[in-house]
Amino acid sequence: MTRGLGRGLPALLLQRLLQAGLVAWMVGTLTFVLTRTLPGDMAYRIAAGRYGHDMVDTAAAEAVRAELALNQPASSAYFGWLWDLLQFDLGRSLVSGEPVVRELWHQLGHSLGLAAVAVALSLLLGPPLGLAAGLRPRGMLDRLSEVVASVLRALPPFAVGLVLILVFAVGLGWLPAAGHGRTAHSVLPALTLALGLAAVSSRVARNAMADVSQSAYYAFSRTKGLSDRLTFMRHGLRNVAVPVVAYLGVQFVYLIEGVVVVETLFAWPGIGHALVHAIVARDVPMIQGTALIMGLLFVLLNTVVDIVCHLLDPRRRHA
Amino acid sequence: MPRIRYLLAALGLALTSTAVHAEPRTLDIVAPWEITSPDPSKSGHVFARMQVAETLVDTDADGNLAPGLATSWTQNDDATIWRFTIRDGARFHDGTPVTAEAVATSLEHALTKPGILDSTPIATIDAEGDEVVIHLESSFAPLPALLAHSSTQILAPASYAENGEVTAVIGSGPYRVDSLEPPQRLMVTRFDDYWGEAPAIERASYLAVSRGETRALMAESGDADIVFTLDPASRTRMSRQPDLTLHAVPLPRTIVIKVNAGHPFLDDQRARQALSEAIDRTGIAAGLLRAPEAAAPELFPASLGAWHLAISPEESRDLDQAREQLATLGWEANGDGLLERDGEPFRLTLRTFSDRPELPVVATALQDQWRELGVDLEVAVGNASEIPSGHRDGSLELGLAARNYGLVPDPLGTVLEDFGPEGGDWGAMGWSDAELEEWLNQLRSETDPEERASMETEVATRLHEALPVIPVAWYQQTAAVNDELEGFSIDPLERSYRIDELRWAE
Repeated sequence: MTRGLGRGLPALLLQRLLQAGLVAWMVGTLTFVLTRTLPGDMAYRIAAGRYGHDMVDTAAAEAVRAELALNQPASSAYFGWLWDLLQFDLGRSLVSGEPVVRELWHQLGHSLGLAAVAVALSLLLGPPLGLAAGLRPRGMLDRLSEVVASVLRALPPFAVGLVLILVFAVGLGWLPAAGHGRTAHSVLPALTLALGLAAVSSRVARNAMADVSQSAYYAFSRTKGLSDRLTFMRHGLRNVAVPVVAYLGVQFVYLIEGVVVVETLFAWPGIGHALVHAIVARDVPMIQGTALIMGLLFVLLNTVVDIVCHLLDPRRRHA
Repeated sequence: MPRIRYLLAALGLALTSTAVHAEPRTLDIVAPWEITSPDPSKSGHVFARMQVAETLVDTDADGNLAPGLATSWTQNDDATIWRFTIRDGARFHDGTPVTAEAVATSLEHALTKPGILDSTPIATIDAEGDEVVIHLESSFAPLPALLAHSSTQILAPASYAENGEVTAVIGSGPYRVDSLEPPQRLMVTRFDDYWGEAPAIERASYLAVSRGETRALMAESGDADIVFTLDPASRTRMSRQPDLTLHAVPLPRTIVIKVNAGHPFLDDQRARQALSEAIDRTGIAAGLLRAPEAAAPELFPASLGAWHLAISPEESRDLDQAREQLATLGWEANGDGLLERDGEPFRLTLRTFSDRPELPVVATALQDQWRELGVDLEVAVGNASEIPSGHRDGSLELGLAARNYGLVPDPLGTVLEDFGPEGGDWGAMGWSDAELEEWLNQLRSETDPEERASMETEVATRLHEALPVIPVAWYQQTAAVNDELEGFSIDPLERSYRIDELRWAE
């Protein structure tokens, strides 16, 4: 992830751009191959997605097949898609008939909003807890937070979400269980994702803090008479921040995968939710579009992480 | 801690009480079906249920046809020319009147898209004065029932783009669209110029939530006032909730075993009867579907009038008689308790699919129950399309699927599709009955209600004896309803949520 940073920012960005192109092509090709190899007749699937299961019969399926030219050979469908992609045309949804770009634009806003709140919440929860634990390694807080973090990371987001709904919506009645529209609706889904993220970031922060607090320069700063607070601010924070931020890049995988599950559970109209429904309905352009956006998003977020690390760590800039 | 809780409670109270004064309470409805498009052919069912768009023909509480946007209709003797008189004073939500021209245009659009009218021999649709005249190529008595289907709903001319695409849902129902956010949300407000009685509920929202667990939790937490389609596990838990009432009504959607009656083991109707008699329907309904009333000893539930024969589910099981029947057909139990005839074991494959999650479970129950009879059933869970394709290429032996006979208030359309001379994708296979064809043909043109009813009973009785498809269970529409609501009922034809009959308890 940090390779190439020595050559400076422009080189890094160029490399990422090439990577984005490669990701777009590979994700698109893979989804194309995978959806083609899924068992079952696509025409029936799409007809069910459009008109409902009760209305599906051979006549409806044949109408769909003719309309969408599903009989054309796979190769011509593939190159047609590639040609459209080169012109930044993602096609139209097979189910709703809307341009994929328009649907994605609408859904992406919902997903990014949710993800941003989740990351912000996780940063509020995880690193401070990790820092506190790292200052007293093997202390009460350290051990307790290790157990809680292990449990939270081991549970799938789906289970965490259900528990949160049971406690905060059904039990206490403080927050809505699912849906969207009001700010309160985003709390539980964001928290579900944030807990998983915070579980890891608190441990990363804890280990970094423990390393830093046992380092010679940290001890020296104490010896020369700086207070705990000043030592932490001058010599601790920035050194701890680098691994925490760098690790965020890795965690985006969890976030993107979590969004798919959490959005379905909380009826959140984002791209994760759209992806699940597109797969069920064999809506190939939508599957390709959402997978593409998710892949590119991953590249983009990692680029942002690289840039932040670049700014945080002067050694990399001068290397 | 308690103090914080009081504080939060007080804050919550303050927030909600100001909200109550600012605007009328919204009725929140949650159901699993997503809104894919404003087009009636795709998501018309949502706009019909939320009472935004209306059809020419409506149904009453018992499922009988009733006037909708058409106040009355007449037909010529052989049911080939139909005249629908359009309701005077009805208006679309954009203020334009519902005219015969507008209705004809709307129906023309519906005709160009896949939908219920596909199998109808419609020649022309014209507006004449305040009447819409439909000419058919051949007799078709169930036409009014088809015009009650949501894919034929009437929208204002301004709803359609030039290419026929539906861009807005401008209907004529008691509620108009406030906002539509596919795929999940629809908000509606009472339409003040509605031709009928003004409903009590002023605002309502529809939210599509695909996960059953989430829907159940939304009912329990009070986030939703009405939650439709509860999974069996949640249903038991909900029935213990103090401020919720659980409603359940059987739907005309039946879980059926499609039988290849051309198969040497299954070509005799006594073999099919034996298989049917070996099914413990009450067990499947109570144990797996958690609704004993779901047991379906016949194809059509009570909501389908004369098609329903009122057979009791207990009578439908008789394992001993089933064994005897098969013995007379030459089947004998071998050492493993499996039936054999001329050295050939009674082994069949049942295809089913998991889009409806209960189907594979019911399939394994059948496997177990038929094992008791000595039939070795293999269950193959695949895609829904494998049943129609197996029908076409003749490879299907048995298929477990769900079939909706109440897409329109008259099941005749579906019955014609399923039990015609060549059978149908979800109906008979390798089976036909000349007398039944004759009755079905008469039903196409017969318009006298009593004559129709007696022929419908004949058809249902014949299907029950010959069993080209074996009924297993009826789907139940379930709903958990907030006790603050009064006047709730479930429409067994799933045409409407009947929001106009609801009111908030004082």
